Amino acid sequence: MQFGIFTVGDVTTDPTNGRTPSEHERIKAMVTIAQKAEEVGLDVFATGEHHNPPFVPSSPTTMLGWIAARTDRIILSTSTTLITTNDPVKIAEDYAMLQHLADGRVDLMMGRGNTGPVYPWFGKDIRQGIPLAVENYALLHKLWREDVVDWAGKFRTPLQSFTATPRPLDGVPPFVWHGSIRSPEIAEQAAYYGDGFFHNNIFWPMEHTKKMVGLYRRRFAHYGHGTEEQAVVGLGGQVFMRRNSQDAVREFRPYFDNAPVYGHGPSLEDFTEQTPLTVGSPQEVIERTLTFRDAVGDYQRQLFLMDHAGLPLKTVLEQLDLLGEEVVPVLREEFAKGRPAEVPDAPTHASLVARRDAEAATDGNAMEVRA
Amino acid sequence: MTYANAVSGVNGVDGEGARRLTVVTAGLSQPSSTRLLADRLTEAVRRHVAGDVEVRVVELRDLANDIAHNMLTGFPAPGLRDAVDAVTGADGLIAVTPVFSGSFSGLFKSFFDVIDKDALAGTPVLAAATGGTARHSLVLEHAMRPLFAYLRAIVVPTAVYAASEDWGATATRNGDRPGHGVDDGVDGTLAARIDRAGAELAALMNARPSRPVGGVGEAGATGAGDETDDDAVVPFAEQLAALTVRG
Repeated sequence: MQFGIFTVGDVTTDPTNGRTPSEHERIKAMVTIAQKAEEVGLDVFATGEHHNPPFVPSSPTTMLGWIAARTDRIILSTSTTLITTNDPVKIAEDYAMLQHLADGRVDLMMGRGNTGPVYPWFGKDIRQGIPLAVENYALLHKLWREDVVDWAGKFRTPLQSFTATPRPLDGVPPFVWHGSIRSPEIAEQAAYYGDGFFHNNIFWPMEHTKKMVGLYRRRFAHYGHGTEEQAVVGLGGQVFMRRNSQDAVREFRPYFDNAPVYGHGPSLEDFTEQTPLTVGSPQEVIERTLTFRDAVGDYQRQLFLMDHAGLPLKTVLEQLDLLGEEVVPVLREEFAKGRPAEVPDAPTHASLVARRDAEAATDGNAMEVRA
Repeated sequence: MTYANAVSGVNGVDGEGARRLTVVTAGLSQPSSTRLLADRLTEAVRRHVAGDVEVRVVELRDLANDIAHNMLTGFPAPGLRDAVDAVTGADGLIAVTPVFSGSFSGLFKSFFDVIDKDALAGTPVLAAATGGTARHSLVLEHAMRPLFAYLRAIVVPTAVYAASEDWGATATRNGDRPGHGVDDGVDGTLAARIDRAGAELAALMNARPSRPVGGVGEAGATGAGDETDDDAVVPFAEQLAALTVRG
């Protein structure tokens, strides 16, 4: 099982001292956080993509390429890549380039984006959000798998004899997750392709997450990619820890109360009860996170949101120490217990290359038998 | 008072199947004339529905905080979710608001704002309002009907407005007519309008199939047409075909 962090990349005023980091500070903080994630033994760092203030990460492959050059092991991912408003041809090329530079340590999470004006700014219609996600991904999928593509669709200029360059590393495209909170169409899309499904459950009751993942698992099996248990599932999470639970609550409360999205709404206590947010000791975070499996079954990737709402960099780095040193090692051990052998790990570049070679060998044997 | 306490008794649950009537009332004072009107309308509907009626009353006052939080967080707290399920799963809906600043109350509108815009499509609705004077009675036609038209609900022709003076007028005229029930009351009295509106809603409810009692909320349903049902999913091949992706 993979553990990691995902960042929204918001520039938010620290409510405890009124200080707002500059964009430059925030961008540098994000890459520091990514390097720290590798240092403390996490498996994945994922960045969001946004095209409006107060968010800074508009150019994920630039940022991930920089991080790739300064890390050795961590998988670089997105949360999410906007499949609706980006040109799928450019996604194919940018992420294949990143895949080469990072020696395969790359995957992506597709998302539609929920900021209305971004669609018209990029020449798209938000009412076509789902059809754009469907068509653009169909093209992206093809561009990574076929050297020469002839293609025509509804939303983009047609392609004749087009080859996306560079070709994916070792001829194997990056693994793709599809992220959606509410749309069954996206769970269906992930299932159809045998891709991963990521439910960013951090603002939602677990009961809803359970239903969406259940749908994805049933449809994954329906399309013949394996059993329901073999579907590839990722979840979000949101934690704030101090050794002493009361200290965590006291320190995090002003950030919670003023946070973008849920600030000035429900109490910290209600929100932690109704959503996966956990504020407390490392042990409490461990116990809460282990319950996610009860809701969605054995799963493959757990990402935590650690650096939003104006938390200072120093605090975030302390959080990552606790996460990497005290929480994740126990989670690895506990999630491994009782995990059926047939439940796969999240695909990596190495495992995808091995699978491709194994399938080629099987096909070759079949050919010999027929001959 | 919690939502559970606000849910009124269930009528006639003898397994025969019943029609579900949900009553949304946005009165703020306790007791409230808005709730009073809601109760009179409920009785009228009950009189005219063939068979059993399962009544649930949703007092929005008890849900005010949850409604505001839903707007901020995007999801309903358990009590509110229960209320929304009761509304979207109903065979008939009575919606009663006080008139504030020339329209429905903000709380009333906010409740319908957090309900999925398609969840009330086809649901029969009886719209009603209360106010200090009769001068605001067109709120029913200028605010309530357009709201439910947007939600594609079916609003019965008679909408009921009760001004403070109507409560006195009703009592007097019924009192003057011993032996006569409200069914044949003088046209134009509040009691007569309540009865006519109740009959109109009941007629639409009677046309719907009765269902086993207590189904709302079972099997994890989050309302009419759970979006995560396998049946609700458009197979991916159809999604692709709709775009005529070629190549």
